[in-house]
Amino acid sequence: MNDTELRAAVIAELRTIAPEVDGDELRDDRPLRRQVDLDSLDWLNFLVGLHQRLAVEIPEADYPQLATLDDLIGYLRARL
Amino acid sequence: MRDYTLPSLGADMDQGRLIEWLVQPGDPVHKGQALAVVDTSKAAIEVEIWFDGVVGELRAAPGQMIPVGAVMATIVASGEAPEPVAAAAPHSVGQAETELTERPTPRPMASASHLEVGGVRRRVSPAARKLAEERGVDLAAVSGTGPLGAVTLSDVEQAAAELAARPTPPVEAVGPAERQALVRQAIATAMSRSKREIPHYYLSQTIPMARAVDWLTAQNTGRSISERVLIAVVQLKAVARALADFPQLNGFFIDGAFQPAPTVHIGVAISLRQGGLVAPALHDVAAKDMPQLMRELSDLVARTRAASLRGSELADPTITVTNLGDQGVEAAFGIISPPQVALVGFGRIAPRPWVSEDGTVAAVPTVTASLAADHRVTDGHTGAMFLTALYDCLQRPEDL
Repeated sequence: MNDTELRAAVIAELRTIAPEVDGDELRDDRPLRRQVDLDSLDWLNFLVGLHQRLAVEIPEADYPQLATLDDLIGYLRARL
Repeated sequence: MRDYTLPSLGADMDQGRLIEWLVQPGDPVHKGQALAVVDTSKAAIEVEIWFDGVVGELRAAPGQMIPVGAVMATIVASGEAPEPVAAAAPHSVGQAETELTERPTPRPMASASHLEVGGVRRRVSPAARKLAEERGVDLAAVSGTGPLGAVTLSDVEQAAAELAARPTPPVEAVGPAERQALVRQAIATAMSRSKREIPHYYLSQTIPMARAVDWLTAQNTGRSISERVLIAVVQLKAVARALADFPQLNGFFIDGAFQPAPTVHIGVAISLRQGGLVAPALHDVAAKDMPQLMRELSDLVARTRAASLRGSELADPTITVTNLGDQGVEAAFGIISPPQVALVGFGRIAPRPWVSEDGTVAAVPTVTASLAADHRVTDGHTGAMFLTALYDCLQRPEDL
């Protein structure tokens, strides 16, 4: 899976929680949770979805490394 | 025979539209089972029955708007002998018709009424008229088989059966835009009433959360991501435990008197993505462990946002908790949802300067908890003691 496909998968998962999200309008270098209204349960469900879709383990301690879309995609790519 | 009436599912609800029946006459039903789906402003609600029995008659049709308290169905409660409906009909018809033939005409009929059809007046017994109203039967179209063409109860029953057999288009639940407007209206009504009727007092308390956060982190290590528990659940459990010594904050103020509730069912304030707020019940919070509460909370949030809730979830909250920590506010001071008498608010958990007992200042995660309470039922003293109990509970998360 290349980065474009990975980004598409992440956006698709995000849209199951926040259907109003438009992938083309998100800034990849800005904190995701400032751009999309996600509470802590939404965030957890999003990560569970990524875990199930991509089979990647995401420990709680790693949350600070997932602030922006760029960060998230880099993190996932390293563990696929 | 017992009547199953539409329960009130919230202070702001006075009617609901029947979407569909989930049972048929003759089906056995047990306590807690959903009988029908009723649309209120908040959601399509599954209304549940609170006793065991067998379904008798369905008295409402899909699409019908039903006032709270109206009879939706009759149920033969377990232990009762079922009354055969067929046997009852001839008896009542015979009785009404005996009255009719005994009275000399043209005296005005007190017990029966007339239906004028094409210039010919026919008698309709009161039982037949009532059933026709309930079942939506147009009496003018019913042929009467009683004396002088009188319309009998069995005539109406047959017409009603024919009506029911005709396939009707499915009633759709309310669309999203309309639902959003209805939710807004329901909130407006409930919150206005609350502020008019409930004399609120407000207290707040800042609580150090290091122990709770560290304890939870340790608990979550080794759990798979789908079993991870959120700190919000720890906060809910702590509220339920703290309430054990303060029954005056957990219950209902109805008709001028406070009724304490035997269990803590926390109304969890859940925001809807398109705007709006619902606070359905997480039941019996004090008795459940954190993993179960987490599963139930997750499921409750998902169903709330899908506008699909159970009647007991809307009717049962004994207190409400609103957690706005994720939105970044320091503290949340809410408006009590009648007939409840208290609302607990939480702000953001974040590192803040904290002076410990030895006088040193350190960065410690803290949260500000607030209490809104009904001054008709409690005074600030009680509220303050409750918040102190909550503080203590959150310092011993392993005991929750």
